[in-house]
Amino acid sequence: MSSKINIIIAREFTERVAKKSFIITTLLMPIIMVAFMAAPALIAAFSTPSERTIAVADKSELIWPALTAEKPEHVSFVKVANADSVITNQKYDAVLEINEDIVSNKKSTVRLYMHDAGSMELESKISSIINDAIESKRLKDYNIENLDVILNDINSNISLQTIRLDESGNGENTSSMLSYLLGIAMAFVLYMFLLMYGQMVMTSIIEEKNNRVLELVVTSIKPMQLMLGKILGVGLVAVTQIVIWGVLTCLMSAFLLPALLPETVSSQVEMFNAGNLDMATATVDTDLIQAISILGSVAYIAKIFAFMLLFLVGGFLFYASIFAAIGSAVDSVQDASQLVSFATIPIIIGLIGGMAVAQDPSGTLGFWLSIIPFTSPMVMLIRIPFEIPAWEIWISVALLYASFIFMAWLAAKIYRIGIFMHGKKPSIKDLYRWSTYK
Amino acid sequence: MDILQINNVSKSYTNHVALDNVSLTIPEGSIYGLLGPNGAGKTTLIRIINHITAPDSGEVIFDGHPLTQNDIVHIGYLPEERGLYKKMKVGDQAMFFAKLKGLSSKQAMTELKQWFERLEIMDWWNKKVEELSKGMAQKVQFIVTVLHRPKLLIFDEPFSGFDPINADLLTKEILRLNKEFGSTVIFSTHNMESVEALCDDITLINRSHNILSGNVNEIRQAMGKGRYRISFEGAPSQLTETLGDRIMECRFSSEHGLNKAIIRLQPDADRRDVIDIINKSVDLVTFDRALPSMNDIFIQTVEKNNQQQS
Repeated sequence: MSSKINIIIAREFTERVAKKSFIITTLLMPIIMVAFMAAPALIAAFSTPSERTIAVADKSELIWPALTAEKPEHVSFVKVANADSVITNQKYDAVLEINEDIVSNKKSTVRLYMHDAGSMELESKISSIINDAIESKRLKDYNIENLDVILNDINSNISLQTIRLDESGNGENTSSMLSYLLGIAMAFVLYMFLLMYGQMVMTSIIEEKNNRVLELVVTSIKPMQLMLGKILGVGLVAVTQIVIWGVLTCLMSAFLLPALLPETVSSQVEMFNAGNLDMATATVDTDLIQAISILGSVAYIAKIFAFMLLFLVGGFLFYASIFAAIGSAVDSVQDASQLVSFATIPIIIGLIGGMAVAQDPSGTLGFWLSIIPFTSPMVMLIRIPFEIPAWEIWISVALLYASFIFMAWLAAKIYRIGIFMHGKKPSIKDLYRWSTYK
Repeated sequence: MDILQINNVSKSYTNHVALDNVSLTIPEGSIYGLLGPNGAGKTTLIRIINHITAPDSGEVIFDGHPLTQNDIVHIGYLPEERGLYKKMKVGDQAMFFAKLKGLSSKQAMTELKQWFERLEIMDWWNKKVEELSKGMAQKVQFIVTVLHRPKLLIFDEPFSGFDPINADLLTKEILRLNKEFGSTVIFSTHNMESVEALCDDITLINRSHNILSGNVNEIRQAMGKGRYRISFEGAPSQLTETLGDRIMECRFSSEHGLNKAIIRLQPDADRRDVIDIINKSVDLVTFDRALPSMNDIFIQTVEKNNQQQS
């Protein structure tokens, strides 16, 4: 008998996987994702920033030396006596006006007049140079002995390296930022998959019912087997897609990521991985180094994908059963819209709840939402990158799969009646009544 | 030996009773007609025979033992409302159904090739179903129904949608399966002419009850007892006068200048007496037994049953 389910699974699987649209999305999606991530770097690499000339009217005469000393790249400063005289002069991209009392008066302002759109980077750079210059001037006015030595000594640039301990006390490099983004990304992919593939099961059942192939199929296989075969077949397509994406991501993290990174970054990531990176001298943001180090670890990515697969399969089976029951009951996708909210709303709650949980992954809300099977797949995936206790994961998995079995049993009872019902748009009460038929 | 015995089967849904204590017996190797008005419960009965739904009470004996899921490989059922996967190629689709019936890939391929050649549709193998006409698709459906050489074949309105040539072709194939492989055939149809032409036995179901079962010829003869068709030259009024109360029923018509009548004799009237009497009053041209058609029997029996019930 089980070989008949296999025939159904094989048909559902091959019919979908052989479709052009499936092949294209499966191969193109990771490439698009990488393109999105790499785009800023590529744009930066291929575009030369425009040279800017900024006229500086420094009435205090105190800031000019600092500006010329720490001149940002692609910017040249020209000293002018009066801002008003050059403000309309198109020769200068911008005019910087510094008041006389800039150091003594705390309320004094600095103005930057620009002809074109400014760049945030340039603005913040200029204001930080001016701030530094004013601060050091004010310090100097206290006439402290050996000021330079003292300043050098107290200068601090700490970096926070997060090490999360697992139960056995082994430390592992993590970054909360990365965990957050990774969790949300996975939950979002899962959300898409549940809706997309769940509705695929539903529409395919409606189609079968509508063009009456079903009548022919059920002469050789039990409706329950047909339903299960369909769910498993479509599920297999989803798994195939996610596995291909997983493998492609692992390959990219192993080969493409190192090739794309600038030399300075990759060398520091290597030092970080070896454990001998001096955080104080690192020229790259340490959060970024940690993130790249984690993303570059194929083992970590494989582990994350394995969990994702576990919850994807469980969540899909659970929700596909609901979608199947709904599909069997209606005559058209339009008729299904009302009933289908019984499946889509919990999925959306799972995603939104998961986003809230990401702020506080160890909280009570997070715990319960990741135990209840309606929301657990999404919420658990958001919590997993934060290294939550293993027993919570396994309870959630066990409950999810047990709920699938219950839901499939219930759906099969509705399905075997629903597929022969035509014409009347059923209510949730009808579905309940069908499920109680012998 | 009976291939199928339905014993006191009942099935009800929330708002109506689909089958109420229905019993019937289908002899092995026979061609059996399952008749009844729309909504009488035929489809429910067929679904029970196919093990798609279970009866509330009663039993179904198939080939000498209670029907189980394993028996459905010995049944081929062509439902009235049937379809195929539109986007799937004809050949792939036929293979899919053949495998579902338990044939191995190799077996399925050889059998299918034979059937496709027999029905001259080999060119369609690589076409998608959506490219086929309705009649073409029905040929494919017919093949997947009979491919596994089932002991019991059930056809629900098999000829609807077929042109006369293809309907004839299909009839021949069904009769061949019945003769060569000894398959029992059940027809569920409203086409009473084909029932007369093909069926050995029938059951008539009305409002969830079996109201008439038996051999087609025996039923027609029993219902047509004392019923004759005559043609004559002379006045019809003369005829009725002389026959008097020897006949219960008399319907006149005329064709090509000849008067015709269908008469039904009183049960105790003697046929030879009646012929003598007619001959004396009018010029009798023909005198023939008038068996009622299955169409008449269907209508009369169902209407009588409906009157009794209401």
